[in-house]
Amino acid sequence: MPQNSKKLNMVQAINLALKEEMQRDKDVVILGEDVGRDGGVFRVTEGLLELFGEQRVIDTPLAESGIVGVAIGMAAYGLKPIAEIQFMGFIYSAIDQIFSHASRIRNRTRGRFTCPLVIRIPYGAGIKAPDLHSESTEALFCHMPGVKVVVPSSPYNAKGLLISSIRDPDPVIFLESTRLYRLIKEEVPEGEYTIPLGRARIVQEGRDVTIIAWGSMLHRAIQAVEGFDAEVIDLMTLVPFDEEAIFKSVKKTGRVVIIHEAPKTCGFGAEISATISEDAMLYLKAPIIRVAGYDVVMPLPKLEDYYMPTEGRIRKAMEEVMKY
Amino acid sequence: MPEEIIESLNVRYINILNENGDVDESLMPSLSQSEIKKIYELLILSRTFDRYALNLQREGRIGTYASILGQEASQIGSAFAIEKSDWVFPSFREMGVYITLGYPVYMLFQYWSGDERGMQTPEGLNIFPLCVPVGTQVPHAVGAAMAAKYKGDKIAVICYFGDGGTSKGDFHEGFNMAGVFKLPVVFICQNNQWAISVPRSRQTASKTLAQKAFAYGFEGIQVDGNDVFAVYKVVREALDKAKDGGGPTFIECVTYRMGDHTTADDASRYRSKDEVEAWRSKDPIARLKLFMEKNMLWTDEYQKEIEGKAKDMNDEAVKMAESVEKQHFEEMFKYTYERLTFRQIKEMKDF
Repeated sequence: MPQNSKKLNMVQAINLALKEEMQRDKDVVILGEDVGRDGGVFRVTEGLLELFGEQRVIDTPLAESGIVGVAIGMAAYGLKPIAEIQFMGFIYSAIDQIFSHASRIRNRTRGRFTCPLVIRIPYGAGIKAPDLHSESTEALFCHMPGVKVVVPSSPYNAKGLLISSIRDPDPVIFLESTRLYRLIKEEVPEGEYTIPLGRARIVQEGRDVTIIAWGSMLHRAIQAVEGFDAEVIDLMTLVPFDEEAIFKSVKKTGRVVIIHEAPKTCGFGAEISATISEDAMLYLKAPIIRVAGYDVVMPLPKLEDYYMPTEGRIRKAMEEVMKY
Repeated sequence: MPEEIIESLNVRYINILNENGDVDESLMPSLSQSEIKKIYELLILSRTFDRYALNLQREGRIGTYASILGQEASQIGSAFAIEKSDWVFPSFREMGVYITLGYPVYMLFQYWSGDERGMQTPEGLNIFPLCVPVGTQVPHAVGAAMAAKYKGDKIAVICYFGDGGTSKGDFHEGFNMAGVFKLPVVFICQNNQWAISVPRSRQTASKTLAQKAFAYGFEGIQVDGNDVFAVYKVVREALDKAKDGGGPTFIECVTYRMGDHTTADDASRYRSKDEVEAWRSKDPIARLKLFMEKNMLWTDEYQKEIEGKAKDMNDEAVKMAESVEKQHFEEMFKYTYERLTFRQIKEMKDF
């Protein structure tokens, strides 16, 4: 059971989860670009090379597909590799490895080989970064059966979810919001605790409207709901997602606003909206509204603030559903 | 300062058994008579399997199949050097490797007929499911080698691919990491001259494929891929070197795909009969047979006996593959994750 706790930001919380899991299990290894000597471009793996040595914290050549492919081989052999990809825009060259192999090894071999692998990827906008450093294309991975997709929204749940992801027997895409990395601090216990994958978190209860968000958008949602009797759901795991928690809330409120940073078309909000329409239509009092990024190429920093869902847009959507 | 040569590399080419069945005794690997016979029987068994698979495909009893005809020496020769504890990452054209390693033949027919259960590698064998995308298995082999090295297991990893695979990015990324970390992995390229319709000359302007290894800091060797002794010897030495901490080796087996790319292909559209005929005289099985005949290891009766055995084994395997219990629709869901998701349970209920 957890004993001491400290106020940590998300970078520190993830670092602590990595450290504790590596102490617990010798099969856990980290690989990626700059993860060793440099402690990662966001310093998430800082200090781990010194603690665990270069056999377990592996600075690889610059090769995203190779990193993921090598991690797949390690996982199949019996290790629990955690691959770090520096930015979500850089994972695109490794999608072949994830889609063609990581996601289907268990199935293709009827369970003889498995792929217990975690791919940690910083994602999202808000840190004024160059091209391809602000992507939030999580829906790509939600369309790959065989892969799980996890997006923590706070230091506390980042640690608990990462521990669960490392121990999960299947490949997990673990998305870390760069905007949140150092934005908030909260009490994070030392020692082992897990947050189960596939379960959402009710951040606050409410009666009039259900707000569904994840990652960095959750915080914008929490700010925007002030003055509304809103129930806020932090989805935390996108695949498999907690349909039950959503239905329960929709039955209570009858109104839904979904918020995500990714472009609207085929964003994960579409899946949630369709699921509610299929299974909880009769409880709805108003159309479901998605507040999302626009269907544009993710802009560079000068236009970034226009792109991101704002508190204003979220409030407008809530007012809209309340009219019905 | 005068210009100087700072690096030059030499690619070795190895051939032991020629087309007349004569060997270079100085290079001959140490193989007992019974081992040589075993190799010959595996060559016959694999070729028989291949003929059966092609026939079954024509009869509509299995799906698209990739023939190994002509490449048997590269496959059996290399796989004969592999130990059970080693890990193997094949491409999609390695049926001779599977058979040599003792993979149940009926499971291969089962797989090609479209049944996933055929790729559920039996415990005790470490051969990965065949890889349909080209070259993407290279980093997997490197990762397994890295894991083996970390765990201190005295094994080697073997990775198969073709000449087309050397053009892929994953070939580069995997080779590069294998060299950087000096991993116990042996890369075997069956250069069969054709990637569907694109000839070897269109894959790379390099004189050999083997020489590519030198750019990654390890040796590349070219071997006559239709010479089972040469392939065995070179692979055996590379595996020993890998297990002794000597790092990776790249072996280019120069061979020829006698058949079409797969049963969905028609090779007469893009290559000449003359070319195919010229390779027929280099047949890997014929030359071993000549060697064995000269060394009193081969008789007509022996040939009849082992051909009969190969047929019986394949007949039995086909029978078994075609009589396995049908899969229930739940089998489609069961292996996506270790545990069914909430949604999958619902989908199964609604099925």
